[in-house]
Amino acid sequence: MNIAQAIIEALQSLASNKLRSALTILGIVIGVGAVIAMLAVGSGAQQAITGSISGIGTNLLFVFQGNFTEDVRNPKPLTLGDVSAIRDVFLAPSVANAAPVIQGDREVSFSGEQIRSTIYGITPDYLVVRNYHLIEGEPINESHLLERASVALIGPEVADKLFGAREGVVGSTIRIEGQPFRVIGVLEPKGGGAFGSQDNVVLVPFDTAQNRLIRRSRDRVDVIFVSATSPETVRSAADEISQILRERHRTAIGADDFTVFTQDDFIATANTITSVLTIFLGGIAGISLLVGGIGIMNIMLVSVTERTREIGLRKALGARRRDILIQFLTESSLLSLIGGIIGIGLGWLIAFIVGRIAAANNTLLTPVVGVDAILLATLFSTAVGLFFGIYPANRAANLEPVEALRYE
Amino acid sequence: MNDYVIEAYDLTKIYKMGSVEVRALAGVSFKVRRGEVVSIMGPSGSGKSTLMNLIGCLDQPTSGRYILDGEEVSKLKDDQLAEIRNRKVGFVFQSFNLLPRATALANVELPLRYAGVSKGRAERARRALELVGLAERIHHRPNELSGGQQQRVAIARALVNEPAILLADEPTGNLDSKSGKEIMELILTLNRERGTTIIIVTHDPRIAEQTQRVIRLMDGLIVEGGA
Ligand SMILES: Nc1ncnc2c1ncn2[C@@H]1O[C@H](COP(=O)(O)OP(=O)(O)O)[C@@H](O)[C@H]1O
Ligand SMILES: [Mg+2]
Repeated sequence: MNIAQAIIEALQSLASNKLRSALTILGIVIGVGAVIAMLAVGSGAQQAITGSISGIGTNLLFVFQGNFTEDVRNPKPLTLGDVSAIRDVFLAPSVANAAPVIQGDREVSFSGEQIRSTIYGITPDYLVVRNYHLIEGEPINESHLLERASVALIGPEVADKLFGAREGVVGSTIRIEGQPFRVIGVLEPKGGGAFGSQDNVVLVPFDTAQNRLIRRSRDRVDVIFVSATSPETVRSAADEISQILRERHRTAIGADDFTVFTQDDFIATANTITSVLTIFLGGIAGISLLVGGIGIMNIMLVSVTERTREIGLRKALGARRRDILIQFLTESSLLSLIGGIIGIGLGWLIAFIVGRIAAANNTLLTPVVGVDAILLATLFSTAVGLFFGIYPANRAANLEPVEALRYE
Repeated sequence: MNDYVIEAYDLTKIYKMGSVEVRALAGVSFKVRRGEVVSIMGPSGSGKSTLMNLIGCLDQPTSGRYILDGEEVSKLKDDQLAEIRNRKVGFVFQSFNLLPRATALANVELPLRYAGVSKGRAERARRALELVGLAERIHHRPNELSGGQQQRVAIARALVNEPAILLADEPTGNLDSKSGKEIMELILTLNRERGTTIIIVTHDPRIAEQTQRVIRLMDGLIVEGGA
């Protein structure tokens, strides 16, 4: 018997028990659909996060207090002195600029509207280092710092929520923790980020924040944003910064009490997290595919029992072991293949809907149904059908013709 | 070529049911000539079906030698037996055993498919159906045919590979007497016109009368007609 005939015959046999076949296929449809959707959402999340990290700027480095991987006793805080040292051209030739930041989440309100935003106390360098541009208004300058002026640059999301507009808001007075601040400019959107929205921010002069909003002791800095002279010098800039801080914090021996992150580090960390997430989601989806496979096995076993006489007859007419094996394996593979194909469609649909929901919620998550995921799902589901079909098919093929013909 | 299609020497078949042994055949020897029509008779449980299974290579004897169409089959493996059944044996069962979903034509084509025939297959199946008088019914499914017609399809299926022997285990057992008679006539005509060797198991003495020889079984032994 050739394959085309085996397929036609298997289709006829599956068609003769439509409801049963459909339900068995449904198990695979759900399994494959779940796998496809989960992988799509996972890789969509990965791309969104990678994209938003890349949006930060390729030259950028971050310096945090403390060590994320090892315990250090009495970590020294980062200070403005550290910032000056990092800006020293001779100590750190690969560093172009460094900006100290203190930050905290605070209530921001304007005529009854109230939201929670991240407040950054910044110096004018921050806008340069982060490559921020303004939709309107003017940046924070040195005299704002000296005067501890009550001025603020607001992110586009803040503008949207408080004013319902991104333009024509300069000159308005917003309140941060109840204190009045004059809006002097609106930031261009940077998009949603891995660490909360980069657009839901309010930037105020460093000294103002230090004194009135975030309250840090004199020299204290939360994060130092550093730009390297070029994307190629990011690594050496990181080394130079580490060197300087080890000396200043006297941690030449032992673990560092600070952490230097580059954009690549962020991407690598984020990728690890999203990969784990994708594998986890895919794994759970895979379990449902497995359950679908067991459904196939179950139905094929029933089918073999029901058709014992038919198998006996076929053997009497000259069917070899292999012929019977192929007949039943074709049926189980077809069940899973059909289920797989419909499941790919379903997964695609789910991914699409998830993307739409994400878009409606202003999240930059576009699920990606990759060719590799489709191939994987098709191969995997057919393999499931084959694997779970082997036992029933073998059972059929091993039936003794006489016994099978006597079966009632 | 050998004169005998079937040579059986001292065939035994013992079924083990747990610790109990059932001796279905207790040493059976006989020969059947090419072109002969033989009937096998005997009371229920005497071993007729068991003997037919051995003759048709559906089962292997516990001991003894069996030569079918010049080929020693007692030592063959399962798949080789399947091939022998396909090429040399045509079965007609009491309960027809047609595939319910397939048309008459597809049912008759089945042995050809397992033989690997693809060219002219439908044509050969159609001719076999013509031979049994069902030229008009080739696209009918079994449930659209009468019992007698279904058994004709089964006979066409048994003949389509042009086997050395045709085995019929109580072929008229499920039919009313009129269609039973017609089926017997058809079988005997096939023997007369095509020289097909035929072995029929039957309870009906009137059917046995029409055959050239009657082999009588009793408790797994041949008591008459073994020659
Ligand atoms: N598969 C089997 N397992 C056990 N006993 C069997 C089997 N087939 C037949 N027998 C026994 O062998 C004897 C002969 O059976 P069978 O050949 O079917 O007789 P008949 O066809 O003449 O009625 C009976 O006693 C029957 O119970
Ligand atoms: Mg019997």
